[in-house]
Amino acid sequence: MVQAIVFLPLLGAIVAGLISIFGAHARNPGGDSVEHHAEAHGHGEVPVTEEAGVIHAASHEPDAHGDHGDADHHAVEPPAAGSRAAELITTGLLFICAALSWFVLVDVGFLHHDARIALFPWINSGELQVAWSLRVDTLTAVMLVVVNTISSLVHLYSIGYMDEDPYRPRFFGYLSLFTFAMLMLVTADNLVQLFFGWEGVGLASYLLIGFWYQRPSANAAAIKAFIVNRVGDFGFALGIFAIFALIGSTDLETIFAGAPGLTGKTIDFLGWHADALTLTCLLLFMGAMGKSAQFLLHTWLPDAMEGPTPVSALIHAATMVTAGVFMVARLSPLFELAPTAQAFVMFIGATTAFFAATIGLVQNDIKRIVAYSTCSQLGYMFVAMGAGAYSVGMFHLFTHAFFKALLFLGSGSVIYAMHHEQDIRNMGGLWRKIPYTFAVMCIGTLALTGFPLFAGYFSKDAIIESAYASHNPFSTYAYLLTVGAAGLTSFYSWRLIFKTFFGEPHDEEHYEAAHESPLWMLIPIGVLAAGSILAGFPFKGLFAGHGVEEFFRDSVKMNPHILEDMENMPALLAPLPFVMMALGLLVSYIFYIQRPYLPVNLAEQQPMLYQFLLNKWYFDELYDLILVRPAKWIGRFLWKVGDGYLIDGLGPDGVSARVLDVTRNVVKIQTGYLYHYAFAMLIGVAGLITWFMFGFGGQ
Amino acid sequence: MTIGLGHYLAVGAILFTLGILGIFLNRKNIIVILMSIELILLSVNVNLVAFSTFLGDIVGQVFALLVLTVAAAEAAIGLAVLVVYFRNRGSIAVEDVNLMKG
Repeated sequence: MVQAIVFLPLLGAIVAGLISIFGAHARNPGGDSVEHHAEAHGHGEVPVTEEAGVIHAASHEPDAHGDHGDADHHAVEPPAAGSRAAELITTGLLFICAALSWFVLVDVGFLHHDARIALFPWINSGELQVAWSLRVDTLTAVMLVVVNTISSLVHLYSIGYMDEDPYRPRFFGYLSLFTFAMLMLVTADNLVQLFFGWEGVGLASYLLIGFWYQRPSANAAAIKAFIVNRVGDFGFALGIFAIFALIGSTDLETIFAGAPGLTGKTIDFLGWHADALTLTCLLLFMGAMGKSAQFLLHTWLPDAMEGPTPVSALIHAATMVTAGVFMVARLSPLFELAPTAQAFVMFIGATTAFFAATIGLVQNDIKRIVAYSTCSQLGYMFVAMGAGAYSVGMFHLFTHAFFKALLFLGSGSVIYAMHHEQDIRNMGGLWRKIPYTFAVMCIGTLALTGFPLFAGYFSKDAIIESAYASHNPFSTYAYLLTVGAAGLTSFYSWRLIFKTFFGEPHDEEHYEAAHESPLWMLIPIGVLAAGSILAGFPFKGLFAGHGVEEFFRDSVKMNPHILEDMENMPALLAPLPFVMMALGLLVSYIFYIQRPYLPVNLAEQQPMLYQFLLNKWYFDELYDLILVRPAKWIGRFLWKVGDGYLIDGLGPDGVSARVLDVTRNVVKIQTGYLYHYAFAMLIGVAGLITWFMFGFGGQ
Repeated sequence: MTIGLGHYLAVGAILFTLGILGIFLNRKNIIVILMSIELILLSVNVNLVAFSTFLGDIVGQVFALLVLTVAAAEAAIGLAVLVVYFRNRGSIAVEDVNLMKG
């Protein structure tokens, strides 16, 4: 059954890929000649230039209008033959996988049928023995459910959302490929296979962000995502090497068995004695930071919104970005033994939760707001990881997948209704036009902000409690920041709702043309809305209550005291997150419904702060200054001086040039005049005779 | 004054030097170079005949005849080459004959 879950998406990807290849062949029978349909497919989403740090205030508005103005009138390129087949096959297979996943969750979680399925050997080289095998325990089963449920719904949604795009088979092939890689990641039984899935999802993410490759901004965003992830993956790979060097195996069982024996050991590096477990965990966490867009390595996630909205929902909200959280939970037996690393995890998580929320306050692109919100919620999950409450972090991962996918797909529905307008300043009053989308977006927002009885309420409060209850050195810091971020989350989420759905329409033309999305899109968001309510309370006991021991068993190694301590919260502090949420809602209501002039005044009074937040703490500019420009400078230096001057001047080319210089002078001796040659011969004869006479003859 | 071997050798040397100088100082015509070569050969002949006479060895004079024959043949071939060269290139001025280089 597990094999089917993992490999059916691969089958779908291959089928869709073949259809795509044949379609491309039919389109261009000649082969290489690439047609350039500039924007002809009509996805005129707002082009945002990140590198230059352009504040996307009024400047891009004309562009956006120009783009989608054309969109409807352009003759849309006919889709490749078999598009519908590719859609239905991949979507159907994913729904089968999703159904099977729920069976597996019940089977593993409640009936305790953990399984380790060996598929076939992979690498046998000396000590290194790596095999393809699937490991199914509760942690994996939860991830299987999350990945397959969201993925199948996103596939279904994409049928509607992408209906104008001529390259749908390619899109669905990538989506299924992503799902396969993600499933490989979560079912991995050794770190090498985990890394395979890890890189696979990175590749799929790159391909999907750059899906509309005709757009330079999409290509730039795809490359940025790939490169920033390389930084994290470098650390992750070093972590795997360190584990192999310490334990001599990459199998999870062997690692967990050998981990307690590593306490107190050190890794010596250039005279620096680092604690082995701490260093290894920090390196592994570096990978998680890259993949989960944590503070310092977060810059790629907002840019990744260049991809189609279903991709943002699936990859950059619900599944791939949570791979880092999953990895830390998977390696919890290691992290539990490295308190310093846990402190770092909690510090980074709390910082990200707060930092991303502050940026979310002032963004105007509907998808970017949700993207920063994702970043922030991932920070929450890492706070729980740092506190040792791994199941609680997984709980938030589980609920977050539903409501964040819902928010993204809802945003997609809004964008679709508005003809690819993404700026919330151009929206307003939409609830009359798209009441269904409005309703589900409200459910998503309630769940995200932690409104009582919605999914996020249970998981987020549990995380805040775990931060308070843990004995981590950063526990107070994390508690304060997560509570603060809860208020900010509420504020920016409701801001999005109020500016999008309430008030006066700011763009009459689009407002009039706005229409509810097709049924393909409404059904998935309806299901996710149900999930955003139902994923909370029924699962609370299993993830963050008394059922944890029974449900998770050996799959995660919890901090032994954290769950008890969480129950002993002071009664005064327990409702604090709720108060913050209500406060955020209230302020947002005053700001954007009652007195809409207030935020404008505030921005004018605090221009420094406003610009600081609007420009995302100037991280892109900072990285541009300290990393990108020096890298470009080094590249230019090596090109001009290293290659141009040294290699071409003194290397092989230089030697040949010197030889040519010499011969060019030597050849001048050859004049071609007979008498010069004769003269040379005579000089030679005279010389020889002189030599004979005075050399030998004299003796 | 008796004319001795030295005088003959002096004449030979002068002729030889004239021939050499004729090759080097001549800037006009290749025929002059051919004539200079003839002069050099003549000076050699003078030397051969002079030594032959003074040493009483007839071989020198036989050899001088051989040199004359070869010189005649060489002059014929050289002139023929010159004629062909003139037909091809339209000039036999010394400065125009400079194709013998890489």
